[in-house]
Amino acid sequence: MRHTLAVLVENQPGVLTRVAGLFSRRGYNIESLAVGETHEPTISRMTIVVDGDDLVIEQVGKQLNKLIDVIDVQDITQAEYVDRELVLIKVNAEPSIRGEIMQIVDIFRARIVDIGYHTLIIECTGDEGKIRAIEKSLKPFGILELVRTGKIAMVRGQKYEED
Amino acid sequence: MKLTGAEIICKALEYEGVEVVFGYPGGAVLPLYDKLYDSPIRHILVRHEQGAAHAADGYARATGRPGVCIATSGPGATNLVTGIANAYMDSVPIIAFTGQVNLSAIGRDSFQEADITGITLPIVKHSYLVKDVNQLAATIRAAFHIATTGRPGPVLIDLPKDITIAQAEFEYPPQVTFRGYRVPGRCDSAQVYQAARAIGEARKPVIYAGGGVISSNAAEELREFAEKTRIPVTNTLLGKGSFPETHPLSLGMVGMHGTAYANYAVSYSDLIIAIGARFDDRVTGRLDTFAPNARVIHIDIDPAEIGKNVRVHIPLVGDVKPILKELIQRVEVPDTGEWLKQIEQWKAEYPLRYTNEEGVLKPQYVIEQIWEITRDKNAVITTEVGQNQMWAAQYYKALRPRTFISSGGLGTMGFGLPAAVGAQIGRPDAVVFDIAGDGSIQMTVQELATAVQYNLPINIAILNNRFLGMVRQWQELFNNKRYSQTEFPDLPDFVKLAEAYGAVGMRVTRSEEVRPALERAIATPKPVIIDFVIAREENVFPMVPAGESLTKMVGC
Ligand SMILES: Cc1ncc(C[n+]2csc(CCOP(=O)(O)OP(=O)(O)O)c2C)c(N)n1
Repeated sequence: MRHTLAVLVENQPGVLTRVAGLFSRRGYNIESLAVGETHEPTISRMTIVVDGDDLVIEQVGKQLNKLIDVIDVQDITQAEYVDRELVLIKVNAEPSIRGEIMQIVDIFRARIVDIGYHTLIIECTGDEGKIRAIEKSLKPFGILELVRTGKIAMVRGQKYEED
Repeated sequence: MKLTGAEIICKALEYEGVEVVFGYPGGAVLPLYDKLYDSPIRHILVRHEQGAAHAADGYARATGRPGVCIATSGPGATNLVTGIANAYMDSVPIIAFTGQVNLSAIGRDSFQEADITGITLPIVKHSYLVKDVNQLAATIRAAFHIATTGRPGPVLIDLPKDITIAQAEFEYPPQVTFRGYRVPGRCDSAQVYQAARAIGEARKPVIYAGGGVISSNAAEELREFAEKTRIPVTNTLLGKGSFPETHPLSLGMVGMHGTAYANYAVSYSDLIIAIGARFDDRVTGRLDTFAPNARVIHIDIDPAEIGKNVRVHIPLVGDVKPILKELIQRVEVPDTGEWLKQIEQWKAEYPLRYTNEEGVLKPQYVIEQIWEITRDKNAVITTEVGQNQMWAAQYYKALRPRTFISSGGLGTMGFGLPAAVGAQIGRPDAVVFDIAGDGSIQMTVQELATAVQYNLPINIAILNNRFLGMVRQWQELFNNKRYSQTEFPDLPDFVKLAEAYGAVGMRVTRSEEVRPALERAIATPKPVIIDFVIAREENVFPMVPAGESLTKMVGC
């Protein structure tokens, strides 16, 4: 099963290497890893999607925790969380078919961020399902390049009581 | 007052209580060596940096204090790698200082540049590349803290040359704080209570004691616990000395070359109490048939060890010593009468054994004699790797912690001699033996020069079979005696070799010469090599073939 880990690390050179090195050395499968500074500039946050059974995931968490530069590890898979990923897709887009592509872009509430002679670059943000869907929809036109940021995720806030 | 980086290092080492460092100089560490020249810290000049790392390791294991080694950049640093990996696998606290090219030269393939923090990433507990001399003191404090607390391990500090020349105000921080490093605190009492009850209910319990008992300095507690509960104790290779192997409750070593009775006891037990041990594959044999009826209590300071290889029913995470203390208070004493009878039967039926034959020298006999002659002495045994190591583990009954030092996790041939150097430096009054093979000794034999230089009366007992014996044994048993690249047709004359180094050499070919030779060696205030010419194709038994169940032993 795929798990989403929220990992806080010291914002220091080498941290990413240590984390990535740990995954490769112990044979864990990273599906995606996104990292960036938090509101506290000395701390970075990684969102790691990793595939494995419960035993493997437990080990991943424990081994991550052993790294001195890792401050906190949370498996948020079971929590209510918001996740987003950003993708840029360059598609074949001869003027004659641009209308069709723009319709798809509208449906996904994506944006066109570059127009070339024969191509468009589309920016789309969303959860995994949405990213997969837009990719599938654009495929018939011919995808020339695609880049994804990897998933970032955050546990939802406590809900207001309804009364 | 401002000090240079090199001076800061020397001062910091003094603050850490370091008395001795093992190292080898070079261009990138010239400024450091210039300051060491005036420092009260003793420097032991090894003959190869691998020797420095192993000596620091042996020193740490023999004394319980962290070991320190120093190497220059590039090849000096890479020569440390095996020693660092060895310390990592066996959880030994060492601090390795490596020289590095100037900060501005890093990344340009400069002369003698090697990315040593990158190279050692998977084999250190932590590492630092110091980029600001103002951070140097705090970095050293942090390194010592990390290396020696929690599950100990090696920490590397990479020192660009200009950092060791630059100046900073020296202030040694009494402590450092980490956001991401916590040493497990007290273990949850409810868990201890649960363990105490499970122990009371057990009828066939076994204690399985590892190196963690020794690093936690908990041998006394282990003994009290075992004697109070009357539970038999088996130990790992690194656990040798955690419990006296002559004790009636001792089963000796478990695993691939463990005693038959230890392997039976573990396999038929209904409760395994693992203490500071990690269920290594050389211990468990085939995992899915390991101790099928046992519940498992696992005491360990490293939470990642819990459930890593074997399912654990009651984990007790924390320092072994206080946990054992609490457990001794709370434990319910189980009825182990029947079980101990069964174990006595196994002991009688399947003792460790070998046959002494007329006119041939048996390695087991040599070890027994080394044991006899040192058992009442303040002695430290180190080993190389291979058959020599396993015979030592089987026939040298360790009685006290920090008296048996061996490369367990990495299985590093060439560990024993430099480790003996470190042990002898740390414990000058001890009688030190390196139990060696003719292959292993050649891997780091240059350290004999170190032993001679510092007048270390180390005794090197080479069990000389003119084979890479352990590999030959596998080839005999599993490859139809096809001895591919395991025979040494020509060996150096070890007696002359010893003499060439300025040490003493002896050769022993017959059983009756063993004892006098050992006595002479111990009485000699210099390093000694004894070349024991042993039965060439003697095997280590019992043996659990790799990947087999523990009960599937051959040769017992
Ligand atoms: C550095 C290193 N290289 C290779 C091995 C593989 N190996 C394990 S035991 C062994 C043979 C050791 O021979 P020797 O030192 O003569 O000891 P013996 O087994 O004959 O007692 C070898 C080659 C190892 N453990 N370490």
